[in-house]
Amino acid sequence: MVNLKNFRGGVHPEYNKHITSDKPIKVLPAPKEVVIPLAQHAGAPAEPLVKKGDSVLLGQEIGSSAEPISAAVHTSVSGTVLAVEPRPSINGREVLSVVIENDGQDAKAPMTGHDDPIQLPREEIRKRIEAAGIVGLGGAAFPTAAKLSPPRGCKIEYLLINGSECEPYLTADQKLMEEYTEDVVLGAKLLAKACGAEKTIIAIEANKPEALRKMKALAGSNAIEVVALAVKYPAGGEKQLIKAVLNREVPAHGLPAQCGALVHNVGTAWAAAKACRHGQPLIERVITVTGDGVKAPANYLVRIGTPFRDIIAAAGGFAGEPGKVIAGGPMMGLAQFDLNVPIVKGVSGILVLSDKVANEFDPMPCIKCARCVDVCPVYLMPVTIEKYAMNAMWDEAEDYGAMDCIECGCCTYICPSKRALLSWIRLAKTEIVEAHSRHSS
Amino acid sequence: MYNSLVALASMGGLGIILSVGLVIAAKKFSVEVDERIEEIEIALPGVNCGACGFAGCRSLAEAIAEGKAPINGCPVGGIAVAEKIAEIMGADSGNAPERKVAQVLCRGGCAEAAQRAEYDGPNDCRIMNTTQGGDKGCTYGCLGGGTCVEVCPFNAMYMDENGLPVVIEEKCTGCGKCVEACPRDIIILTGEEYGVHIRCRSLAPGKEVRQVCKVGCIACRRCEKECPCDAITVTNNLAEIDYDKCTVCRRCVAVCPVHTIEEQDGKPEIKAKKAG
Repeated sequence: MVNLKNFRGGVHPEYNKHITSDKPIKVLPAPKEVVIPLAQHAGAPAEPLVKKGDSVLLGQEIGSSAEPISAAVHTSVSGTVLAVEPRPSINGREVLSVVIENDGQDAKAPMTGHDDPIQLPREEIRKRIEAAGIVGLGGAAFPTAAKLSPPRGCKIEYLLINGSECEPYLTADQKLMEEYTEDVVLGAKLLAKACGAEKTIIAIEANKPEALRKMKALAGSNAIEVVALAVKYPAGGEKQLIKAVLNREVPAHGLPAQCGALVHNVGTAWAAAKACRHGQPLIERVITVTGDGVKAPANYLVRIGTPFRDIIAAAGGFAGEPGKVIAGGPMMGLAQFDLNVPIVKGVSGILVLSDKVANEFDPMPCIKCARCVDVCPVYLMPVTIEKYAMNAMWDEAEDYGAMDCIECGCCTYICPSKRALLSWIRLAKTEIVEAHSRHSS
Repeated sequence: MYNSLVALASMGGLGIILSVGLVIAAKKFSVEVDERIEEIEIALPGVNCGACGFAGCRSLAEAIAEGKAPINGCPVGGIAVAEKIAEIMGADSGNAPERKVAQVLCRGGCAEAAQRAEYDGPNDCRIMNTTQGGDKGCTYGCLGGGTCVEVCPFNAMYMDENGLPVVIEEKCTGCGKCVEACPRDIIILTGEEYGVHIRCRSLAPGKEVRQVCKVGCIACRRCEKECPCDAITVTNNLAEIDYDKCTVCRRCVAVCPVHTIEEQDGKPEIKAKKAG
């Protein structure tokens, strides 16, 4: 391969994508009961629109918010609302959720589609994406409609569709690009029209040749460029992707729009295509269930709100005693302690690691090797920020750019002393934000 | 010979000129220093704990010298330090500042509290709290990471075998560093004379508390009914003591069915409680 798009820093973890990369997407039947949290996205949580005892139709809006940065929430089954109450969610906290008993009918709420959605006016596309409750499916779950309106004075030149899927183990985006190529390309065109981008580029890591081939075959006739990225984590980080593909840098504390770019995940494009063509809200997504702790790893199309327990059971259950169950990939995912938590919009996989793989290490003293500095893709000095955080010197941590950390975890991964650098940097970030809000109030 | 004379003369001349310059500068730019500030700073404990409300001991010393802070402004030093400062300032030391000590309002250690997960991140309560809310079933109680012990500038705390922090009251100066550091807000400062504490902060209903902790407050209200001076009230599933009313009579201790309320030895009943 020649001319792969690259960026500075990053790490090469074991990818382990072979476990599921040849497994086609299976549709998982809807569970008997779904738990749909009203805060699945970045921004303000949605307010419930239904109450206990209500009967709901598939795709009906059950939560919405008037806040500018928020997303609507829809039910992924038809049936009866059993409760609107706090339930455990993937971040370990209880979140107000709507619990719905599935009547198995899948009786659809009215949905207005369009046969050729690309003909829709720009504002209409944005409205449909907003009404469908679409958020970034790459993991951060930022409301897509809010991202599509660029800040004042910024012109979007390039729309980058992120198909890098740099997280080890996960293959959901790869399978999506291979099996729903047409939807992804249509979604890319819709997003490009909605944000007014002049050029659309789909970026895929070079370790997905099949996805690259299929996307290239279809994208070429649609005036979309497909580029291959060097295989490196975190190639799919927003800022890293822009640097690699466009050789532009997003300013510190700034937005990609400030350098004329906008990044959306392939899953988001797929969801946008469904919303505009069929009027279908975001009620399902593709996830990867993988790891050496699960008997039959696979890629699934699951309803939002399906409990982890049901999905792991569908994948053959645990192979032996699980060491760790992680929502997402091994680098940025969140370890879970409760299998009743539901799949939400931003979760791209369930990773079950055996005790052998998920082994823990006690941190050793820092040997000042500066490997964390070498691999940091945003040019920070994690070792220094960690030290400031351990000594509660938040001002100094901020001076050293703690707030620019993208929390990719490369520093923690590479550290030969197994120090939990990212945990400390994250603590510094929360303390700095708190100090600022204290200061301004 | 000639060369060395020139060198001697030029260097000597230069030295004289510069020293004259330095003398003039020292006279002209000299800053008036209040010597009392230095003396007060030496009299203060010097740990910069911030309990007085100023940035550190130096800031408090400056404030006292300028008359912006009371002579007994250092709660850590107590009456002994106040008397020393009074001597320096030539003023009355005033009353001894009320001595406060930290109290940990949680008894749910490893033996009493249910574990819901295994945590293997850094041993810091603030990180534990943001990592899925820690490993204990109770989301209100002590996380057991020992951050309070870590931040204590007086070595007045330690972690016991049960994974709970213990305050050594003789060493505690009530600076409040641990109160600030605790992400669960389970540490409070109270007057040292109070010897009865409701050691629970859980706002969960009694049934849920029973599931996750053997010694958590179940809000049964028996202490509230028993208290002769209306010092205990139960709100939001939690009993709380109003220390201003408490006379340390210990009646609540006897009736608490889950032993959440703890009495401390060596703190007698307060007979003459001021009205109110």
